[in-house]
Amino acid sequence: MAPVTSPQPAAIENRTMTINMGPQHPSTHGVLRLEVTVDGEVVTKVKPDIGYLHRCFEKYAESLGDYAKVVPYTDRIDYVSALHQEMGYVIAVEKLLELEVPERVEYMRVILAELQRIASHLLGIGTFGLDLGAFTPFLYCFIERENILRILEKVSGARLLYNYLCVGGLMRDIPTDFTSDTWEFVTSFRPKIKELNDLLTTNSIFIDRTANIGVLPAEVALNYSASGPMLRGSGVSWDLRKNDPYSIYDRFEFNVPVGQGEMGTVGDCWDRYIVRVREMEESLKIIEQALDQMPGEGDVKEAVPRRIRSKEGEVYVRTETPRGELGYYIISEKSGPYRIKARTPSFVNLSILPAISKGALVADLVAIVGSIDIVLGGVDR
Amino acid sequence: MTTEEITEYLNREYGGNLDPTYAEAGDSWITVSPSVLREVAKTLRDDKNLQFNNLMCLSGIHYQKENELGVAYHLHSTIHDHKLVMKVRVPEDNPVVPSVESLWKTANWHEREAYDLVGITFRGHPGLLRILTPQDWEGHPLRKDYEQQESYRNVSTGI
Repeated sequence: MAPVTSPQPAAIENRTMTINMGPQHPSTHGVLRLEVTVDGEVVTKVKPDIGYLHRCFEKYAESLGDYAKVVPYTDRIDYVSALHQEMGYVIAVEKLLELEVPERVEYMRVILAELQRIASHLLGIGTFGLDLGAFTPFLYCFIERENILRILEKVSGARLLYNYLCVGGLMRDIPTDFTSDTWEFVTSFRPKIKELNDLLTTNSIFIDRTANIGVLPAEVALNYSASGPMLRGSGVSWDLRKNDPYSIYDRFEFNVPVGQGEMGTVGDCWDRYIVRVREMEESLKIIEQALDQMPGEGDVKEAVPRRIRSKEGEVYVRTETPRGELGYYIISEKSGPYRIKARTPSFVNLSILPAISKGALVADLVAIVGSIDIVLGGVDR
Repeated sequence: MTTEEITEYLNREYGGNLDPTYAEAGDSWITVSPSVLREVAKTLRDDKNLQFNNLMCLSGIHYQKENELGVAYHLHSTIHDHKLVMKVRVPEDNPVVPSVESLWKTANWHEREAYDLVGITFRGHPGLLRILTPQDWEGHPLRKDYEQQESYRNVSTGI
């Protein structure tokens, strides 16, 4: 009997294919198009195509001719952490004009910014889980986020785009029950973080999908000027609130959580995720200290100039938003702003995507995009 | 180190003739000519006393009165924790600036943005394409004399 020979396999066709992810794709968190070159299931190249949400922020800001009028436009840069965008801007203008801001305003800004940071991280974490198929944590996150938005709505009258900060102070006085509302939230939220950890952080499917995926080494992160949880996830302890303090952040005690590769490699998606979770606890600490120290009385509009007298010069001021370093570069003339540039963390962090997604599977690309936590309003401005 | 100290150090060690500029308010900066920009940038990044490993921001500027375009580099060193603002200016009719993309990867998208919105050409950039506006858009929106096109692909732009 002739020996059985297996048939020769036909030559496997070896070619790459280019596919589009987005602009309308739930996992791109907005209108982002990724031109993905794949070899079978493996991503060989990613080219992000942005600009779908470009609203000419810089052109508008420069043409308004008045520093005060720009504030509502800054809200719309990164609309899930609008207060941080306002805060960065007003601090930049105050530095330019050498304005002193009352204590009460500074404390209020810090408390609001940290509340906003928690709200923004909850959204980031929730949608990150959603990207990977975990629907329940998303709902839990949104319940808590809702509580924060209620407080912010009571303060400013709006849920998303607040227009509450102004150059030199705040738009209107603080509601009387703000302190008690915030205390109530802080007390009720702390146990919820543990709940979230049980649901998502230690979930083995979630760990499988995120550990060792999209590893960003620290030196690459620095060369790309990454910031926020993206940089801290890679093990670099760098937080502007600690390293280059602005406002009154030097008065509070808090830690800077960094990625340690607990589930895989330092700088993977899980590390970026856990940094956000731990930052929420640190934000709670800051809020508690600020609530304790905040002066009870004081006019929040005391230092607001009736007419802003512009100065010649320029400033670059950076602040730590939930997504990283937000910089405002303002060139000022006697007549008003000449050039206003917003350096947004989403824009810079997204530019790293091609470098860290090479060799990943298509399904992992979704995890990587989710872990960067971009907001397309911030990318496109 | 402060801007003055850095300028002094550069002049002493590398024999340059840089001079910081001060304004009425805010930051001071140094201006370098485009022909030596890359060399200076490389020194700023690699010199062991400077080590500017972080390019925070890169912005294109249109100086309408002088008929010039400019680029501002906001540098920071996470090792020595000092900052520096470096500027370069080029004439409007030949706006060519050497790219620093090979020194700081973050410059890639920033330079594309400056090219797109202000119209500065970065020599040596690996893929200088528009980034925020469509590839076939006309003009550079952040120029002070920019006039928006009336229609784009037969769709009115609303002016």
